[in-house]
Amino acid sequence: MRRFWGLVLGAAVFMGLAMPAEAQKRANTVRFGYDQVPENVDPYYNSVRIGVILGQQVWDTLIFRDPKTNEYRGQLATAWRWIDERTLELDLRQGVKFHNGEEFDADDVVFTLNYVSDPANKSVTQQNVSWIQRVDKIDKFKVRIVTRRPFPAAIEYLAGPIVIHPNEYYAQVGPRGMNEKPIGTGPYRVTEHQIGKQITLRRNPDYFRDSPKPQPTIESVVIRFIPDRQTQVAEMLAGGLDFIMNIAPDQATQMRAVPTLQIVSGETMRIAFLQMATSEQSPTPALRDVRVRRAINHAIDRQTMASQLVGPGSQVLNAICFRTQFGCDDSKATQFAYDPAKARQLLAEAGFPNGFELELHSYRERNQAEAMINYLRAVGIRATLRFGQYATFREQNRANRVGLAHQTWGSFSVNDTSASTSVFYKGVDDDTTRDPELIALLSRGDTVTDPELRKVAYRDALARISEQAFSVPLYSLVTFYAATKDLEFTPYPDEMPRFWEMRWR
Amino acid sequence: MLIYTLKRLGLAALVAFAVSALAFLLLRLSGDVAIAIAGEGARAEDIAMIRQQYGLDRPLLLQYLEWLGRTVTGDLGQSLYFKSPVVNLIGEKIGTTLILGLLSIGFALVVSIPLGVMAAIWQNSWVDRLCLAVAVVGQALPNFFFALCLIMVFAIGLRWLPVSGADGWENFVMPTIALGYYVTPPFMRLVRAGMIDVLASDYVRTARAKGLPSSTVVIKHALRNALVPVVALTAVQMGFLLGGSIVVETVFALDGLGYLAYQAISQKDFPVIQAVLMLLSVGYVGLTLAADLVNAWLDPRIRVA
Repeated sequence: MRRFWGLVLGAAVFMGLAMPAEAQKRANTVRFGYDQVPENVDPYYNSVRIGVILGQQVWDTLIFRDPKTNEYRGQLATAWRWIDERTLELDLRQGVKFHNGEEFDADDVVFTLNYVSDPANKSVTQQNVSWIQRVDKIDKFKVRIVTRRPFPAAIEYLAGPIVIHPNEYYAQVGPRGMNEKPIGTGPYRVTEHQIGKQITLRRNPDYFRDSPKPQPTIESVVIRFIPDRQTQVAEMLAGGLDFIMNIAPDQATQMRAVPTLQIVSGETMRIAFLQMATSEQSPTPALRDVRVRRAINHAIDRQTMASQLVGPGSQVLNAICFRTQFGCDDSKATQFAYDPAKARQLLAEAGFPNGFELELHSYRERNQAEAMINYLRAVGIRATLRFGQYATFREQNRANRVGLAHQTWGSFSVNDTSASTSVFYKGVDDDTTRDPELIALLSRGDTVTDPELRKVAYRDALARISEQAFSVPLYSLVTFYAATKDLEFTPYPDEMPRFWEMRWR
Repeated sequence: MLIYTLKRLGLAALVAFAVSALAFLLLRLSGDVAIAIAGEGARAEDIAMIRQQYGLDRPLLLQYLEWLGRTVTGDLGQSLYFKSPVVNLIGEKIGTTLILGLLSIGFALVVSIPLGVMAAIWQNSWVDRLCLAVAVVGQALPNFFFALCLIMVFAIGLRWLPVSGADGWENFVMPTIALGYYVTPPFMRLVRAGMIDVLASDYVRTARAKGLPSSTVVIKHALRNALVPVVALTAVQMGFLLGGSIVVETVFALDGLGYLAYQAISQKDFPVIQAVLMLLSVGYVGLTLAADLVNAWLDPRIRVA
């Protein structure tokens, strides 16, 4: 199939067929193709990336994280302060209007957050809101959020997935109505939603001037749902789309030859790593020996995989977190160089001079899993690949039926180590190590409010994970974008196309 | 005829029932639906809540019987993904798929009948071999690949047609060809075989002996009889087309039943998958039944066989 597309692209280049989307440029419209349909456009009722993308175009958050500097700035809130370790007070912005003309004030924040954090309302992204106990209105433009437990990452969540709905409208229509006719305060308004087919956004002419999101220059964005990636590429070649993302690396290489397109790769927050089940219930007892785990770390050439298989932008990791995340400090982490001889020696010391059998479970990036199988075999570990669906993969992992798991994790774009390392090593569902020392360190990192103490806790936790070789940190993954040459855009690690920043050259 | 009809009806109901049970069981064995619904990073308690909420924690047999009970009363349940009634979703999409199916069968007949007739008239000549080659290619090419070839030529190369979408009639041209070509070969072979038989029969020889023009003999006398089995085959192929539409609608992003099935499969939206599977299999069984009954009506020998 790849070869077929190589031919198609070759033909396109040869015949000079891909034409610039001049008409779109004139109409100031960006046509964006995406493969997955959101089950509901309301950001609290979908768990897919396109939902996060739409959430940021149509709605606003209380706090804004600058994607370039990672600094927090006011968005719908102008200032915030911790009153005590469980109470966050926010001053709200005045003069902001929702797309339906409703005025933004404290009632909107109180209603939205109390509604979505109530489990009875079945928000599908519970992990994003379950830390909120209640929200109180202090006056028309001041609220207090009370958390269930000390939760220092609150600011990060308020700057990411937690958007604000208009209270009167939301109380009336609920998530279903919000899906059919979405209303937010964001830089784009939804003017048409053909469920499952297409969403049309138009620039919000009344977008508040003081927003840290700049006023959009692109007049409209048409988002079309096209499930087949090859069809998306064909649409790009035929001039039917201006922007697509998540292209396979080899296809991106071929598309680079098309003169009217630009292919940009961007590092993402999604990290890849091997998780080893080391607890008493591990189905692979050999993994309980730290020498075996270190051998596996030495066996895999992460640098070569990152540059050859993942693509430009990918960076090798030494910790199970993304480097911009708060607390992701690998300065004390043990580093394992690619050294197959050392791996063999460690295996012999552990009593496996002839290696042993192992299953590697994986659910995406199959080519990378296959490469790792070969690296493991080269040092004597007779590894076989068990590739399957994500649901099955995780079900088995949580049931302790997986020894070595090829994990990837995007942290829901939350720029805090509590959203990455803690998920896999804090003793909760996905933890197949259950190391008491790690659980204590990460619990401290997740709950103390003093940032310096948090940093120390995470740094020590990451040091212990690597010293005990509980995992093999691999590399960050990369997203490839294809766009019409005349479209100016910047890729960010949170994989968020910011249409309000885009412009035609 | 009545007994034969009743027998066939009973058998069709039994097949539909078996297919529904098998589909239900296979879907549930293919991984934990609750995890799929909960999404990446969901906690164990969220998953447990979903399992309880959707009744996934109850015995499989009970879940199946309940589903069957609701289905026969016309209630296909709620889509887990889109949170709307499955009946409504299917109602919105079925039109596109039926149009595509009818256009494709029309395309297949328009292409296969002349080719089959020509192959029969010029049996064993280069014309016959060429027609057979067309049939072989049609059968050998996976339809998604053929669809991509069409896109390459007509959308990227010549820019005559849009690559994907369902905005107008032009969006249906390539999907119709891709899907229609998939069922052309069996029609062509059937017409060819039928024509060869009929052309060798006594009444055709008599017609020729009477001095009737060759075209009248072929079209009026021979083709009419050779087409009888094509009627039955059309019904069966319609069933195949409904299945084939999953791939073709996905490639061309045509918002029909096939595309809905694809989305449901990727989201493990099992009430939708089950309803679509049920609809496709009942449709197939129904069409086969219709074909059998038409055959039996046309040829009384079948009724006693």
